[in-house]
Amino acid sequence: MSVTAPRLPLRTRAAMFLRLLAVQGAWNYETLMGNGIAFAVEPALRLMPGGRGGEKYRAAIARQNSYFNANPYLAGLAVGALASAELAGEPRERIERFHTACCGPLGSVGDRLVWAGWLPACSLLALAGFGLGMGPAGVVLLFLGSFNAGTLALRYWGLHAGYREGLRVASALGAPLLRKGPAQVARASALLAGIAIPLAVRGVIGPARGALEIVFAAAVVGAVALARFHGRVEGWRLAVAGLVLFTLLSVVR
Amino acid sequence: MITIALGLLPLALLGAVLGLDVVSFPQAMISRPLAAATLAGALVGRAGHGLIAGVVLELFALETLPFGASRYPEWGSASVVGGALYAMQPDGTAGALTVAVCAALITGYVGSWTMIWNRRLIARWAAGLRDALTSGSCDAVTSLQLRGLTSDFARGGLLTWIALLALAPLEGAILAHWTFSASDSRAAVVILAGAVAGGAIWKIVHNTKGTNWFLLGGVAIGSLLLLVT
Repeated sequence: MSVTAPRLPLRTRAAMFLRLLAVQGAWNYETLMGNGIAFAVEPALRLMPGGRGGEKYRAAIARQNSYFNANPYLAGLAVGALASAELAGEPRERIERFHTACCGPLGSVGDRLVWAGWLPACSLLALAGFGLGMGPAGVVLLFLGSFNAGTLALRYWGLHAGYREGLRVASALGAPLLRKGPAQVARASALLAGIAIPLAVRGVIGPARGALEIVFAAAVVGAVALARFHGRVEGWRLAVAGLVLFTLLSVVR
Repeated sequence: MITIALGLLPLALLGAVLGLDVVSFPQAMISRPLAAATLAGALVGRAGHGLIAGVVLELFALETLPFGASRYPEWGSASVVGGALYAMQPDGTAGALTVAVCAALITGYVGSWTMIWNRRLIARWAAGLRDALTSGSCDAVTSLQLRGLTSDFARGGLLTWIALLALAPLEGAILAHWTFSASDSRAAVVILAGAVAGGAIWKIVHNTKGTNWFLLGGVAIGSLLLLVT
């Protein structure tokens, strides 16, 4: 029979949060981030009956150190929920089932929200800052400040919500931020892209702007071509080939 | 040669820290080109040059977002190489940005392989610790975590150091024979970066309803800003 998980001491919560920052520290092709999950949950497991090194503690560590994958910025939801379930004495089968089941949703929601949403949005914001004349320190601070304000808050919220909800954490995945956030951030990214990319291109071209219209036209044609071949070619690989050819041509002609 | 190798150690250390940030710790995105190349430029004494290389590389990086276990360029070390190589050249050197960006992209490609090798190495260590891990040893968990972090740190540092040792003299040799004008060289790399970024943004946002209007609105605002600033 399970009981409610105890309130975690501040020191334990802080240790779990810090360890979350290294949740992919031992990422490998066998257990993916499984070792990182065990590493992040471990401070809470010390509160289990028998304490650190006790039988229940060791069984829980072994359970957590198995195959696991999720978006790293949302892994806190799983870490909090698993810590809560272990401390509440949930049955082993339920914990293992949850461990397996939450990988997919935490991966897809987190990837859409952070990798395809927040990261490009912050990057484009900083590129716009550069295009409008911001200096090196300003651009870097704008980018790092905006990105980390969002992701640190997301990590903290995930850990907190996961521990509060335990194995019922699926309800937290229905939070407005996670349901509607990716679409809203995608719209903001689209708006920012339209502003930032032309400004950044002009900023790099610098004072010699005679050919700016040609540069814009060629970049737009290239972008449309790459969008049409979506999934079949990677633009950066083509760019490497193009730059190598350009370099060879410049040296041998 | 030894003096040059030693002189590159601060940049290698920066590459190690930023290479670690890509996946292992703390994923604060100081490894993204905008930050990483600027920091490398600052270490060489020209943060502004590092920023310009970082902006171009960031436009490429928009295409390679690190989804799941997919293979993508390792931008941390690569951006240190690109930012440093560009910042090392005197102002107005024709082809400097082109060669620095090309060197960074190649380093990023090699870096993606080094990340795979590192993950395989960690898997081997995990296999060696399997008995301890399945018996619930906290020491084994911590040991594997620390080994992973250390090997990734070393990977990023070595990659940056070797890339700079090989590419810095090569850059000098190439630029000594460069024939295109500075403006044409810069235009070529910016066209490619702009095209890749534009295609990437479309890929990211086209599945969301209404984003094409936001993109068009952004282009309108961007065009207005180009005219008035």
